[in-house]
Amino acid sequence: MATKTDTRETYYESIIKQGYSRRDFMKFATYIAAYMGVETSMIGQVVKSLETTYRVPVIWEHFQECTCCSESFIRSDHPIVSDIILNKISLDYTLTLMAASGHQAEAAKHETMEKYHGDYILCVEGSVPMANDGYCCIAGRSARELLLESAKGAKAIIAWGSCASNGCVQAAYPNPTEATPIHKIIKDKPIIRVPGCPPIGEVMAGIIVHMITFDRLPELDGLGRPKAFYAKRVHDSCYRRPYYDAGLFAESFDDENAKEGYCLYKVGCRGPMTYNACGTIRWNNGVSFPIQSGHGCIGCSEEDFWDNGPFYERLTSLGGFGIESSADTIGKVAAGVLAGGIAAHAIAANVSKRKELKDRNSRGRDNEKQLDD
Amino acid sequence: MESRNFKRVYVWELPVRIFHWINALCILVLAITGFIIADPVAILSNAEASESYWFGTVRFIHFATAYVFFFNMLLRIYWAFAGNKYASWKAFLPFSKKRWNNILHVLRIDILLQNEKVHDIRNISVGHNMVASLSYIALFVLALVQVFTGFALYADNSDWFLPDLFAWVVPLLGGDFAVRKVHHIATWFFIFFTIVHVYLVFYHDWLEGRGEVSSMFGGYKFIREDRLKKTPGNTKEKSEQPSESKPEDNPKEDEIIV
Ligand code: SF4
Ligand code: SF4
Repeated sequence: MATKTDTRETYYESIIKQGYSRRDFMKFATYIAAYMGVETSMIGQVVKSLETTYRVPVIWEHFQECTCCSESFIRSDHPIVSDIILNKISLDYTLTLMAASGHQAEAAKHETMEKYHGDYILCVEGSVPMANDGYCCIAGRSARELLLESAKGAKAIIAWGSCASNGCVQAAYPNPTEATPIHKIIKDKPIIRVPGCPPIGEVMAGIIVHMITFDRLPELDGLGRPKAFYAKRVHDSCYRRPYYDAGLFAESFDDENAKEGYCLYKVGCRGPMTYNACGTIRWNNGVSFPIQSGHGCIGCSEEDFWDNGPFYERLTSLGGFGIESSADTIGKVAAGVLAGGIAAHAIAANVSKRKELKDRNSRGRDNEKQLDD
Repeated sequence: MESRNFKRVYVWELPVRIFHWINALCILVLAITGFIIADPVAILSNAEASESYWFGTVRFIHFATAYVFFFNMLLRIYWAFAGNKYASWKAFLPFSKKRWNNILHVLRIDILLQNEKVHDIRNISVGHNMVASLSYIALFVLALVQVFTGFALYADNSDWFLPDLFAWVVPLLGGDFAVRKVHHIATWFFIFFTIVHVYLVFYHDWLEGRGEVSSMFGGYKFIREDRLKKTPGNTKEKSEQPSESKPEDNPKEDEIIV
């Protein structure tokens, strides 16, 4: 798969070469335009640019990760997506899927970096260990070194998944490898963060197609996430939302309420704090998504979601106070201690200031006796 | 035993009192609804979702109260420039030797419960004492934390520009998880503040008998007559603030005040 071709072709040409019909192509363009959140009137523009744009070279780096992002990507809804992206976006380098290996693979990457300097898109899957370069090496070179090298000539960087955009599980406390997301290392390139563990395949495809059809980054939010997919909380598009507003919650996974399909908020659903498109695009070709399958959202696309556990409770756990302590437990204990201290203070005050109190008291009594009534 | 004479002194102006009680009420409502939102009570019913909206209502009360809390706070900030010297922003800053001394005094006498050998009646503050002032600064900071994190969490639910002004807090802290955590923990500090605040008000009222509690209703406190400038037989110029008085002016008394 994915070896370098010398003659550049347009996306349309390569799609047709793959054996798809024009009809397939048009369907694909319509699908993807819908995912990208553009208006139907823009489908023509998507078609047009796929027909006329030359394939953009892509280098896809894998660092500390589990490859779930790649897995998700190649399973995106419409086969054409992965076909054109993986085979035909001219994916010049990806350890997992390319046919070449060893020196050949490295050579292909370097050729792309030189030939298309300033033009290629760098996709990064995985975080970079900053504690010790030895923690993650490819072809004898450290992840950090490889990232800095391939980022240099990149037009833009896509940080795939929670690892590359937030650090994910490797960065969970105590983060022994100092796993670091891409935007904390590379400061001088446009970076799109596509968090999620993994991100939804259609989201990934939509972002890439957006970049090649419009030749610019999709609109990003304050955290560098594409607004088309991350502007809403899972909660905002959750079909169980009416139960939430009605205050009808499952108390445990096997109670009557859970069977009724009530909201999973109290069994730890992170939907209200999690920005992702799960509720609308869903997973596995739109079959379902966790909440629809009876499990709360674990907030996989949010920073530090591993450290904000346990997944099945809504309590706020506090690092440094022991695993079982939540903010509320600590708060209650502290309030109790405070109340005890105040009681002690009140008693001590009456003892220590007894003369003052006694004098005032007797003055008050004297005055009372002199009242003329 | 000779009795003391007190004068009624207007300390807390009406806007200050209104602020205080609206603020107190808002904190109460926000804390209660906040804890309900964090951990809603269990309701077992076979009602359809369309038949009830209680959780939505609780959230609505929380958000509406948050706006009241916020605008009430703005009015108090305005009054810190327009109000009397006890309401002024200047009353809260501990930047003078006298005020530092007042902090030490309050810590020694009221917190560590020592007794003075020689009493200086001007050590008793008319408005806030300086330790209380510092606690109100802390409360103000806490309120800002809640306003910033609260509106940041709320911004996505709203089209209005005001909550959107705080939307940048979310990227700053990394995401809603962290913002919610801060918002939740800060609530506990309001509770701690309230416990201590209420206790100390009772403490001062009980030990000093100057109407500390009622002053937040009527606005008046009772001040020893000999602290007033134009009292007959007491012509020396004296100011209400201990910080502004000179030590030489101190009338030395061996008796306990009031
Ligand atoms: S299940 Fe989760 S996302 Fe859905 S309404 Fe309940 S809390 Fe929100
Ligand atoms: S529902 Fe939540 S945890 Fe599940 S994939 Fe979506 S964002 Fe991640």
